[in-house]
Amino acid sequence: MPIPYPPLQPDTAAGPARLVLQGISKAYPTVVANHDIGLVVRAGEIRAILGENGAGKSTLMKIIYGVTRPSSGRMFWEGEEVAVASPAHARSLGIGMVFQHFSLFETLTVVENVALALPGKPALDALARRIVEVSERYGLPVDPRRHIHALSVGERQRVEIIRCLLQDPRLLIMDEPTSVLTPQAVRKLFETLRRLADEGCSILYISHKLDEIRTLCHTATVLRGGKVTGECIPAQETPASMARLMIGKELPRCEHDARQAGSEVRLRLAGLSHAADDPFGTDLRDLHLDVHAGEIVGIAGVSGNGQQELLRVISGEAPLAEKFPVQICGVEAGRLSPGRRRRLGMAFVPEERLGRGAVPTMSLADNALLTAAHNQGMVAAGFLRFGRARAFARRCIDEFDVRCGGTAAAAKALSGGNLQKFIVGREILQAPRLLVCAQPTWGVDVGAAAFIRQRIIDLRNRGCAVLVISEELDELFEICDRIAVIAKGRLSPVRAARDTSIEDIGVWMSGLWPGAEHTAGAPLATETPHA
Amino acid sequence: MDASLFTSMLFATVVAGTPLIIVALGLLVNEKAGVLNLGAEGMMAMGAVAAFAVTHESGNPWLGVAAGMGAGMAMAALFGLLVLTLMANQVASGLALAIFGVGLAAFVGKPYEAVALQAVPPIRIPFIADLPLIGEALYNQQALVYFSWALFWGLLWFLHRSRAGLVLRAVGESPASAHAIGYPVIRIRYLAVLFGGAMAGIGGAFLSVFYTPMWAEGMVAGRGWIALALVVFATWRPLRVMVGAYLFGGVMVTQLFIQGSGLQIDFPSQLLSSLPYWATIVVLVAISRNGNTIRLNSPVSLGKPYRPEA
Repeated sequence: MPIPYPPLQPDTAAGPARLVLQGISKAYPTVVANHDIGLVVRAGEIRAILGENGAGKSTLMKIIYGVTRPSSGRMFWEGEEVAVASPAHARSLGIGMVFQHFSLFETLTVVENVALALPGKPALDALARRIVEVSERYGLPVDPRRHIHALSVGERQRVEIIRCLLQDPRLLIMDEPTSVLTPQAVRKLFETLRRLADEGCSILYISHKLDEIRTLCHTATVLRGGKVTGECIPAQETPASMARLMIGKELPRCEHDARQAGSEVRLRLAGLSHAADDPFGTDLRDLHLDVHAGEIVGIAGVSGNGQQELLRVISGEAPLAEKFPVQICGVEAGRLSPGRRRRLGMAFVPEERLGRGAVPTMSLADNALLTAAHNQGMVAAGFLRFGRARAFARRCIDEFDVRCGGTAAAAKALSGGNLQKFIVGREILQAPRLLVCAQPTWGVDVGAAAFIRQRIIDLRNRGCAVLVISEELDELFEICDRIAVIAKGRLSPVRAARDTSIEDIGVWMSGLWPGAEHTAGAPLATETPHA
Repeated sequence: MDASLFTSMLFATVVAGTPLIIVALGLLVNEKAGVLNLGAEGMMAMGAVAAFAVTHESGNPWLGVAAGMGAGMAMAALFGLLVLTLMANQVASGLALAIFGVGLAAFVGKPYEAVALQAVPPIRIPFIADLPLIGEALYNQQALVYFSWALFWGLLWFLHRSRAGLVLRAVGESPASAHAIGYPVIRIRYLAVLFGGAMAGIGGAFLSVFYTPMWAEGMVAGRGWIALALVVFATWRPLRVMVGAYLFGGVMVTQLFIQGSGLQIDFPSQLLSSLPYWATIVVLVAISRNGNTIRLNSPVSLGKPYRPEA
């Protein structure tokens, strides 16, 4: 989403060097996460650290913040050499960090969480007032008395940012901050960050999203395989040129041609309502949706708006009391078990790869057995036919380019992207009539993500119905024929992808679609509680 | 029921509940830091025998209580070494500690089996001990009874008003986050484990020096396990631990009274004896059904080992 704001030219951003890294390396027993990294961050500069998953971005930030220590290399802070011993030390220097996986305590209140990170013993009442002050100044509204578990992901991030700001940081590290935000919330975050930079705070912005970096950052350092592969001024680059630096080759694109969906309904949600099992879950309320043969339908939404519950209901993990609300390939399947639903022709790629999609300690062949046993004839007279399981796993590995140590390799030994390719392959090679997948490319590098998307599109071209639930709008717009939004457990109308835009869907993600129920005078909710 | 009977039953209830309160509140701190120590029974047994031996040799019950506390802490330190430094499984280590402590206490206590101690006189609090009905029962009690109340109030303040308590809760919820913002997770957990051991030792000392001034093998009689269960059923809230402990004590005293009174009732005595256990569980489960309360109070990382990233 282009945001009109002229990024500073390097000469106007050239304040004094605040942080300098020289030759930083970090070796873990099996991998070298960082190798000879050099970096300069100036006062008031927003510098992007760009790289794929596993490129060493997070390790580098942990070194700067004192969570881990480098194996070698030197670090200078405002002209003086320092060895950051701990996060507390980093904070005392003026370095603040907002983590990708939030480091908040769910059972504590906002003000308690902030108090834990501050030195000394601030009185909670006075601190609550300071939180309100800071939150108003930077446009980060949050109620200091609330418990974290009752906050949305966006609100949690605000708490993290406020927690950093209260320490008057001179360097703020943001680790993939937008992965959980709506486009509108991203824009607000960027306004806050720019204001901070204008006040002289330096910002290290870690991301793999090229558009964001181009709109926000003054400068960028690109990492690949733990090494610096280039520096650039994002505003003067194209996404393609930055992607080349990041992945070392051209950004792959999916081929997605418009085509007419079949008339057969493979998945129908007919007034699906379901109360969440989890006390902080989201109740599903009166969902209607048809997915036809030969089309890909996407469901967008900020996480925690009912996606988990919807997936559990569709997959059969949470069977319903009634049959009719979930219809799979024409059969009323609301009360069927996951196995029975698979036999109707449904395949399922869950969000969590380890633990749901695959058993971490079992081999790939055994994992292939788990969902493909009946479909691929791996069971005869109650006995397993391991030869067939191995052969099928071999096919998944070959056809989906899974880099691994063979069919006997344990699932947990594979990298995230490779395991995801294996799981998607296992489901697609069963030639399903309906594929349901959640976050198919979450945490997967750009190359593997494009590969997986292309395979999903190919499957649809062969006449399969596909339902994709994802938080990545770019992904949904790339592969989907039709898109709906889930917000607060309700489903928006479904729109053809080419008749809508990321901006429109972003507004819908707040629950504001035409015909949505609103209480007059209620404040405009931008996020919903998230468990 | 006449007045003196009520007073004496209330007195007995408070005495029976006191060791449970002390031990359970110690375990509560222990568990709030995210460490599950199932060895309470063993720590109590060691506390009881150490307290008895030292009291017997020195003639001073307070030296005995200090020795009981020390023995409990020594056991807890052993447990801490296993699960915090060596990252052993907490459940297995705790069970081993319980068995080891009970056995070692029986071994150490052999020479003391036939001796008795002088009963320690109660401490009478002037004026309020003269209150009708409850005065004699509540304010003419052993010092450790007053200690258990002070412990309760102190713990309430510590957990919800002090910064140290906040840090403790944070460590129990998410040690990784606590480490990331710079708290010494392992040291805090050690302190919590040692506190739990100290309280278990004092609870044991109360049994062998004050409650029944004698030592017998197996005299802890499952109270360590009850205390552990109390903490869970009370959803880690000190007030409910108090309620549960006194409820247990009260039902225990009542059923003993009924069994001893010669009342002609058609009810198997075994069922009566089991009454305190299931009555406590039923009541605590009934008052703690709210999922929200459980989510807010249970330490999320309970029982999970944590090794800080180097």
